[in-house]
Amino acid sequence: MNVINPDLAAPDTDAATELTARDFTTDQEVRWCPGCGDYAILKAVRGVLAEAGRRPDDVVFISGIGCAARFPYYLASYGFHTIHGRAPAVATGVKMANPDLDVWVVGGDGDFLSIGGNHLMHALRRNVDLNLIMPNNAVYGLTKGQYSPASATGMRSPSSPAGSVEAPVNAALLALGAGARFIARSADTLQDHLPGVLKAAQANKGASFVEILQNCVVFNDGAFEAVRDKGLTADRTLRLEHGQPMIFGKDRDKGIAVDWQTGTARVVPVGDGGPVYDVTDHDQTNLALATILARMDAPDLPLALGVLYHAPADDFTVQRGDAPGRVIGRADLTGLLAAGKTWTVGDADVA
Amino acid sequence: MLDQPIASRPSETDAAQGPAVVRFAGDSGDGIQTLGSEFTKSSALSGHGFMTFPDFPAEIRAPAGTTFGVSAFQIQIGGDRVKTHGDAVDVLVALNPAALKTNLAALRPGGLLIADRDAFAKRGLEKAGYAANPLEDGSLDGFRLEAIEISRLTREAALPEGVTKKEAETARNFWALGLVYWMFSQDRAPTAAWLKSKFAKRPEIAAANMAAMDAGHTYGDVTDMAPPPRLRVVTPSSPRPGTYRTLTGIDGMVLGLAAASALSGLRLHYCSYPITPASAILHGLAKLGGDGVATFQAEDEIAAATAAIGASFAGGLGVTGTSGPGMALKAEALGLATAAELPLIVIDVQRAGPSTGMPTKVEQADLNLALHGRHGEAPLPVFAASGPGDSFETVIEAARTAVTYMTPVIVLSDAYTANAAEPWRLPDVDALADIAVDRDIDPEGFHPFRRDAETLSRSWAVPGMTGLAHRLGGIERSSGSGHISYDPDNHQEMTDLRAAKLTRIQAALPPAKVTAGADAGRVLALGWGSTQGALKTAVEDLAAEGHAVGHLHLRHLSPLPRGLAEIFALYDRVVVAELNSGQLRAHLQGLFPHVSFRGLNKITGQPFTVAEIDAALREDLS
Ligand SMILES: Cc1ncc(C[n+]2csc(CCOP(=O)(O)OP(=O)(O)O)c2C)c(N)n1
Ligand code: SF4
Repeated sequence: MNVINPDLAAPDTDAATELTARDFTTDQEVRWCPGCGDYAILKAVRGVLAEAGRRPDDVVFISGIGCAARFPYYLASYGFHTIHGRAPAVATGVKMANPDLDVWVVGGDGDFLSIGGNHLMHALRRNVDLNLIMPNNAVYGLTKGQYSPASATGMRSPSSPAGSVEAPVNAALLALGAGARFIARSADTLQDHLPGVLKAAQANKGASFVEILQNCVVFNDGAFEAVRDKGLTADRTLRLEHGQPMIFGKDRDKGIAVDWQTGTARVVPVGDGGPVYDVTDHDQTNLALATILARMDAPDLPLALGVLYHAPADDFTVQRGDAPGRVIGRADLTGLLAAGKTWTVGDADVA
Repeated sequence: MLDQPIASRPSETDAAQGPAVVRFAGDSGDGIQTLGSEFTKSSALSGHGFMTFPDFPAEIRAPAGTTFGVSAFQIQIGGDRVKTHGDAVDVLVALNPAALKTNLAALRPGGLLIADRDAFAKRGLEKAGYAANPLEDGSLDGFRLEAIEISRLTREAALPEGVTKKEAETARNFWALGLVYWMFSQDRAPTAAWLKSKFAKRPEIAAANMAAMDAGHTYGDVTDMAPPPRLRVVTPSSPRPGTYRTLTGIDGMVLGLAAASALSGLRLHYCSYPITPASAILHGLAKLGGDGVATFQAEDEIAAATAAIGASFAGGLGVTGTSGPGMALKAEALGLATAAELPLIVIDVQRAGPSTGMPTKVEQADLNLALHGRHGEAPLPVFAASGPGDSFETVIEAARTAVTYMTPVIVLSDAYTANAAEPWRLPDVDALADIAVDRDIDPEGFHPFRRDAETLSRSWAVPGMTGLAHRLGGIERSSGSGHISYDPDNHQEMTDLRAAKLTRIQAALPPAKVTAGADAGRVLALGWGSTQGALKTAVEDLAAEGHAVGHLHLRHLSPLPRGLAEIFALYDRVVVAELNSGQLRAHLQGLFPHVSFRGLNKITGQPFTVAEIDAALREDLS
């Protein structure tokens, strides 16, 4: 008899020592364009899953529609490729039915920010224990290159030949506004960074939102110059570490100083090994700081990468008290049916 | 032209033991629905058969005294034959001019009208748009008018209980109730007990209301205010022995879903976004409070449907419920559930459309949407509940079908059934059959679209189960492996398989049956959903007169039950009665091109009256 593992929450220690990325790899041929950033993200995800050691049988990948949303096919866990934009809602249902599962939600910027913006917002605000990862290529890949809500103003595309006039959405800021308690940012190319971010997201009990800058080689190649160009990355990005001063640059000669009065950040020089009293420490529990970090971007400031914000709280199913085993029995049902005023005809028993 | 001689119709006096129709009407603030439910309870306890129909305003707090703020409650009480809330009203209680204005049309000629004379003062008359006082200008001469100073009499009775003048006056609904109780010889004790517990913290309020009720009762006694002659003795009913309760269509859905959960051992996940009139199901289930029944108020109807699908994917019983506009939003998700072959119950409490339409009013116009409203070919079962008690059974059958065949199932209810109440005999819970869930799945050679040879159902492996990890989705699957497939032959095969599931479901359904009137003859009256009571009553009356007319009511709209063609062949004509412009008729005409169908259609936001159906059927019979 095949039963649901009653002890799903407990890590499978035997497996933990044995699992490799291969254990999370299906026999399905991966069908992204050669050079697509999604390959690197998939690789990082498989590695993190192997390391975390949850049985593939306890892991679920839910996705919407788009290139990024093909993820479930390539992961040897349970998976559900649903409909455009609705993956966070489907995943909420999965979690309510079985809170012990490790549930991941994957969707592109169109999936999460456009058609599914509403569901993303509510999954975040409810703090459903989901790992929501959003490969952001700032374009609609699957439908062949239209501008997306994350596209830069002026982007020329089949649906905006004269250049889009729309302002792009800042995903991290949107997540903050929605009340998310875990917000992180990384990029496909940063294999020394992305796995750590994903690991932290998975470890958080609650909604974890991870924006992953992803290169679409076909329709928006080079959109994220700061993380693409190895020569530029160190100077154009800031890697956050909780409790550490926010220092960046190839020579680690620049720091971020926050002016709490105005809520702004500026770059300050950091002398060779000298004092860093000007430089602000990263505090991932500070909402005001997270807001400032989420907005930092070229040309004046580096792009903040890593965990921007993490303020844990009870997740949705804990607050609701969801438990898969709780079912009403026939005896309870008899009571429910007879609740309220009843009357008896003949000599039947009075309920 | 007649097949048989018709016996003369029963006259008013012949029907001296006929059921009685009472309608209470007043301002939304007058406690009319409370009156109605108390009268219902008392009628039930006195052994009457009944059917009720609350008619409340769409506005949350309409200005007092206006016609759009009128709240009404109608009940038919009497013998076993009571299947509707009644056509023409025998006794109308109007607590203000606006209530009289909006409800007078329902009162039968010569019917008894009880009005609170005190409320028919200048301001009230103006608000209701009366130029002259109808109680005095002779315009009500065709009725038996009893204009009583109800407000004053209530005040006098209630004030000694130590309440304020205002509190005393608000008891006038109970004064009117006491009078009506007297007229129908009903017991006041259950209402007194209810008042005591309801106002346990303010015993003086309970006492004031009871005093008002007693005063109304005494008034009837002293003035000997008899009911209209034909109602002196309301036919008692002789129901099956058993324990009964009052059940609305909403209660039926709520309890049916709880039962489906208990019978299947699956945790229920009811996911919904508030909308009238379906919200009451969400409220009812939320009140059950987590004991195996989980509710989720989603951010919209799309999230409600997809969260329910997610719950089913993870091994729960996913249910979503909505009304009209919300049903339109769920269409894409229904396609996903059909393609992924996951159990899902979708309840549509239909209301008058299009668009926002008339949210509190009844209509059966979502049938086309339920049968056909999906992109691609996405066949799924569609059932309809014909009344409160039938809602309980239908939703259990829907759950059984969804789980057995791994398919979404739509259950249609409507704004009439949702709020109407009838006496309901509690089922023997131990006798209800289990809903079998097969989780004994062999990982050897497993793939998600491996099927049961008989039901064509795929196996329901759920996350957490060892060795059965698989991927589902809306993209077409290979029937042999469950992998994505664009193979042309495979798509044909999968399309055929999805359709064949309905054929298998049909084979397991009970065959169609004529349930009232003649088994063959001139006319078959065919209906579905909440029109059942009116159709059955009309057909039974006509058949009693000797007419060759039968009644067949469909619960299963897709797949249709077997044997319909044979039954249709036994009648000259099939009259399809529905509260839309002919959706089922058009559907049937396409399937049975040689049958002579005629539509009996109404789309006013109101249920059929028995008289309307009677008149229409007579046309076909003559
Ligand atoms: C209801 C609906 N509308 C539109 C589409 C078409 N569609 C599929 S994917 C997509 C956008 C994909 O963009 P994104 O989510 O950014 O993912 P990417 O392909 O770039 O990874 C669109 C518009 C659809 N599948 N369903
Ligand atoms: S279109 Fe772009 S996002 Fe889609 S697979 Fe190709 S490169 Fe990747």
